[in-house]
Amino acid sequence: MYRYDEFDHDFVEARVAEFSDQVQRRLAGEITEDQFRPLRLMNGVYLQLHAYMLRIAVPYGTLNSRQLRMLGHIARKYDKGYGHFTTRQNIQFNWPALSDIPAILADLASVEMHAIQTSGNCIRNVTADHFAGAAADEVADPRPYAEILRQWSSVHPEFSFLPRKFKIAVTGAERDRAAIQTHDIGLHLKKNAAGELGFAVYVGGGQGRTPMVAKKIRDFLPEADLLSYCTAILRVYNLYGRRDNKYKARIKILVHETGVEEITRQIEAEWQELKDAELKLPEADIQAINAYFAPPALADRPEGDVAVKQARLDSKSFSEWLDQNVVTHRHPDYAAVTISLKGIGEVPGDATDSQMEAVADIAEKYAFDELRVSHEQNLILPHVARADLKAVYDALVEIGLATANSNLISDIISCPGLDYCALATARSIPVAQEISRRFASLERQREIGELKLKISGCINACGHHHVGHIGILGVEKKGSELYQVTLGGSADENTSVGEIIGRGFSSEEITDAIEQIVETYLGLRLNPDERFIDAYRRVGPAPFKEALYAGETKAA
Amino acid sequence: MKVLTANRLSDGIAVWYADGGWSEAVGHADIAHDKVAEDRLEAIGATAAANNQVVDVNLIDVTVVDGVVEPVRLREKIRAAGPTIRTDIGKQANPEAARAA
Repeated sequence: MYRYDEFDHDFVEARVAEFSDQVQRRLAGEITEDQFRPLRLMNGVYLQLHAYMLRIAVPYGTLNSRQLRMLGHIARKYDKGYGHFTTRQNIQFNWPALSDIPAILADLASVEMHAIQTSGNCIRNVTADHFAGAAADEVADPRPYAEILRQWSSVHPEFSFLPRKFKIAVTGAERDRAAIQTHDIGLHLKKNAAGELGFAVYVGGGQGRTPMVAKKIRDFLPEADLLSYCTAILRVYNLYGRRDNKYKARIKILVHETGVEEITRQIEAEWQELKDAELKLPEADIQAINAYFAPPALADRPEGDVAVKQARLDSKSFSEWLDQNVVTHRHPDYAAVTISLKGIGEVPGDATDSQMEAVADIAEKYAFDELRVSHEQNLILPHVARADLKAVYDALVEIGLATANSNLISDIISCPGLDYCALATARSIPVAQEISRRFASLERQREIGELKLKISGCINACGHHHVGHIGILGVEKKGSELYQVTLGGSADENTSVGEIIGRGFSSEEITDAIEQIVETYLGLRLNPDERFIDAYRRVGPAPFKEALYAGETKAA
Repeated sequence: MKVLTANRLSDGIAVWYADGGWSEAVGHADIAHDKVAEDRLEAIGATAAANNQVVDVNLIDVTVVDGVVEPVRLREKIRAAGPTIRTDIGKQANPEAARAA
């Protein structure tokens, strides 16, 4: 993975020193909260309901064992023994004291981590496919390009005060696991007919109160033009994006109001001025960054086939975990493992200090020291020899992280909601927990098949409810929590925004409503291979409305 | 009925104005029953913010149940107790604060 060079070290250390000084001056009363707020936000420090919250960047979701161990250490020493992995592949701590933040940032810097640009109207952590570098269907590893974008966008003088925040995601496979069409810029790394690498470029996706699917504005951008083209997009946005209304300030609104054709023309015109200048990526630089992401030397381990076959016979639970949480690797003797942070009834995305340390140990011993955070709030071991899968499974069982529910209904994305978040209007975690408990039976979950359920506790949609096959949005109505259900959303290569199905449900009703929706699907699907989303796209909302509200209509 | 709440500058912990200081429990917060009292609390909050004791100062609606102050809105109830999904942490986990509340 990427290692800091001298410049990175100096930059992060200088920022730690600068922000530590700002914290001290704030605590001493030398600067006001109005002066301090933008400074703390630039360094990932929010004020939430109960305490400050620190959001730490995990660039493109990639971690090594040393870093995860440090996160465990921070959870134990400065927080309440746990951390929360987020849909931006980052981690948040919910309880740090402001006076401890300088020490936390110094600890992070010692393992090449920081919290810079995890908030504010700047280019945020660039996200990527969590199976990058391992996936069998990958054209090339998207992370070197995410790293190039990270370097370019870090304290970029022109793009540090944009109209609003800006998010970029990169995938290197046709099968989009990075939800690129829900981002301000989505990049699909691909090869053209000549075998050259480049990107399909999508612009103007986003969720929040005005969900939009990104528009493809270029089918193939040569890799050397990545920075000049992104600069052109950001320039057009920075110039024309609305600053009069924060709810209309994201690039999705600009794309929508300007029209795809016109904004593409503007971007291309800007790019013509930039494309052959200093932003053109030299091949040597691309190669140099690529070298950091050189895959580990994967020795042949053909004994894995027999080992897995035998272990399957010995353990039904291992066999189920293998079916659900283990995916094909580009090397036939290896696999990529999803460590579910969605134990039945647990808080989605939370991990304790000792779990983080134990997972770090597993990664060090069995997975070439590599880990990923997925935007679905799970951890990933991208390279595990099939021969070691049983040992990894056993180690995960010991720490309570072997739930075999990847991509099933209990693998729920959930924002922190009103239990923590100052912006939330309703709780989301308890809803996730109750649904998870209702569908606790793995047999039942597997019978239902792939089902992406996503919950947000306010319209800002951090829980990605718009693109859940089933989405739940919590709002406050007349002093009570009310949950709106959307159906038919999807965040893959066929991204769609879900449709509101009807009136909302109280916290007592919502789990029954979800069960009703699932039962309706089971009753109408053509066969067990027809996933929920496919069935919904075939039949539309009518049968689900009928199941949920028919009694009411008749009564009315 | 309103009480004054904020977060402490140094550690961000939610606090309520009571007996001339800032308490970690809402239970015995000073109650404003009328506009004059609300203005007084607001002035206290503005001074405390200006003195860098607290941040994010707000007046919130409360009721009194068995002599104990309780916030009206769910958001403020959760601030006063802690996350509903982790009753082992937050103010609800601290017996002293719970008694005071």
